[in-house]
Amino acid sequence: MSASPLIEIKDLRIRFHGDDGRITHAVDSVDLSVAHGATLGLVGESGCGKSVTSLAIMGLLPKQSAEITGAIRFDGFDLLHTPDQTLRDLRGNRLAMIFQEPMTSLNPSFTIGDQIIETILRHRGGSRKSARQRAIELLRRVHIPSPERRIDEYPHKLSGGQRQRVMIAMALACDPRLLIADEPTTALDVTLQAQILELMRELKAASGAAIILITHDLGVVAEVCDEVAVMYAGEIVERAPVDELFASPQHPYTVGLLGSIPRLDHRAEQLATIEGMVPNMAQPPAGCRFAARCPFVLETCTKAPPPLIEISPGHLSRCLRAPLELLVS
Amino acid sequence: MALLEVKGLVKHFVAERSLFGRALAHVKAVDGVSFSLDAGKTLALVGESGCGKSTVSRLVLRLIEPDAGTVRFEGRDLLSLDTEALRKFRREAQIIFQDPYASLNPRMTVGQILTEPLALHDLVPPAERRERVAEILRLVGLEPRLERRYPHEFSGGQRQRIAIARALAVEPKLIICDEPVSALDVSIRSQILNLLRELQDRLGLAYIFVSHDLAVVKHIADHVAVMNLGQIVEAAEADALFAAPRHPYSRALLSAIPVPKPRAKRSRIVLQGEIPSALNPPAGCRFHTRCPYVIDRCRSEMPQLVADGIGHATACHRTSELPSSAAIVPSDGGFSPVLEKLVAAFSGGPEAVRAGGVSSLGTDPA
Repeated sequence: MSASPLIEIKDLRIRFHGDDGRITHAVDSVDLSVAHGATLGLVGESGCGKSVTSLAIMGLLPKQSAEITGAIRFDGFDLLHTPDQTLRDLRGNRLAMIFQEPMTSLNPSFTIGDQIIETILRHRGGSRKSARQRAIELLRRVHIPSPERRIDEYPHKLSGGQRQRVMIAMALACDPRLLIADEPTTALDVTLQAQILELMRELKAASGAAIILITHDLGVVAEVCDEVAVMYAGEIVERAPVDELFASPQHPYTVGLLGSIPRLDHRAEQLATIEGMVPNMAQPPAGCRFAARCPFVLETCTKAPPPLIEISPGHLSRCLRAPLELLVS
Repeated sequence: MALLEVKGLVKHFVAERSLFGRALAHVKAVDGVSFSLDAGKTLALVGESGCGKSTVSRLVLRLIEPDAGTVRFEGRDLLSLDTEALRKFRREAQIIFQDPYASLNPRMTVGQILTEPLALHDLVPPAERRERVAEILRLVGLEPRLERRYPHEFSGGQRQRIAIARALAVEPKLIICDEPVSALDVSIRSQILNLLRELQDRLGLAYIFVSHDLAVVKHIADHVAVMNLGQIVEAAEADALFAAPRHPYSRALLSAIPVPKPRAKRSRIVLQGEIPSALNPPAGCRFHTRCPYVIDRCRSEMPQLVADGIGHATACHRTSELPSSAAIVPSDGGFSPVLEKLVAAFSGGPEAVRAGGVSSLGTDPA
């Protein structure tokens, strides 16, 4: 890890003010950092705040309803206090994002070439002709066959995997320093998923960009990430290097998640289940947010929010009972 | 006798018509599919989008009419049934869909949703229907008092339980599960998988399980049929297939399963090229455009699905010549002893499964 991280998030809190006056605590005291060229996996289930965090980095949350505090420092900028104009210059340039559904994020009435060229012209300027050359080059890099012909096609002519590759080509158009990928392979078949993951690894090696990969799929995390942050109910509950997290998880939620995935190596009669439901984030519980579903819960867990403590170098857990191996030995 | 026996099923959809309505192009969605399924067992259909797995499941229920082939359910030929007999058959075979948000009528309460099939098939006298609804709800792990609520008041996992309850209401022998857990979060997914397993043991149900998630398939299926472009390319017992897949397509598919273990040992086969269109499938073997082992014969001659002595069937000209596939499926190594014990704290017995997702409905402050 280099001395100063590429992006550093400090005490990020995001609250949504609903029309009915209700306040939802979407993200609470999130601290994260990603080094140059590293891949961070942000893992959690629907509504845990992982996508909201990434939208906050991109400056894409609605100003009227989202109240954001804390700090996001990226490449010398304080993103939460950056003028819109500067943010627009950063997005698609040094900061890029790909979304889960490539069909809804491409404009159906423009050719894929137009859309990539627009990005290049907006950020890099130059002639349309040279931008077109670069677009063809990008399509070739993401393995679109006969790119000089495909560049003039409309998104509906492409398959799902190809569209996702066009999205990646567009995100890479200006050599971003940070790429945020929100469930980039979720809508794809396993063979295409393998192609896209391979491509992301390839591109990372070639360009040295850092990646924040948002996913609920622990299998994908194990394949491409260096470090993992697990989110639950708006908080980071565990952070660890990827090997550590899978070998020795230190938060009960992570344990529950790992236990609930069917394994290839042994056939369990029953999978682990995490009983109960995510707390209502309009009124988050006073203590640990996972307490109501935790098999290791103590009375003290429900009294005050547990801090994120370092169990071993680089391995943090928001659990009073960690290290967990003491519970079963 | 097998519960379900499917032979030579064919379904071509018309993709394009001329001005006068003559068919110009066909999508060969299902092209000569045969399999059988015993009572109380699970057959999984796997393959990429567009391989025809969902079409097969709809043909089996006669929700769409096949162009050729036979479907026998307990020996009866389904395709010769008249409307009345078909209605009776629908009692015996049900379907659960992927999206629990779209498959429940938002204007009906859970009680109404579950009473409808009882009334339709006249299974239970009106006076006893409420009691029966309560019983079914308990069976899928929901509290009977929830019958007055509407679908939107439930979470995704609970809605899928309601969809399962509706399928169970008519006491079927076969349930087709079309991607039943794909739209659910990981922890909810395991609850539904456990529930399906438990119901199968208790009620002797047979499942046709359509899924693209191969780890889930390994967990739930007894038999697996791998489909590519409307045809079965390999069919075997689940354990045999996952131990050593034979068809090059199955090898590629299984080698690509992401496993929750960093640096897992794997020899991934990344298929090059795009999936050919079912509108115009390649001649010969339909996989030959992407197959790393292709020879000339594959381009012209379509291989037949041939079973060996133990019932492991493969449709490939080169089955006997291909390299060993023993290490194709990635290994996730299982859990360490400590992790095993920690996970065990989460795994309840059947009781815990039944109680799952019930207690905390209504997190609303009211």
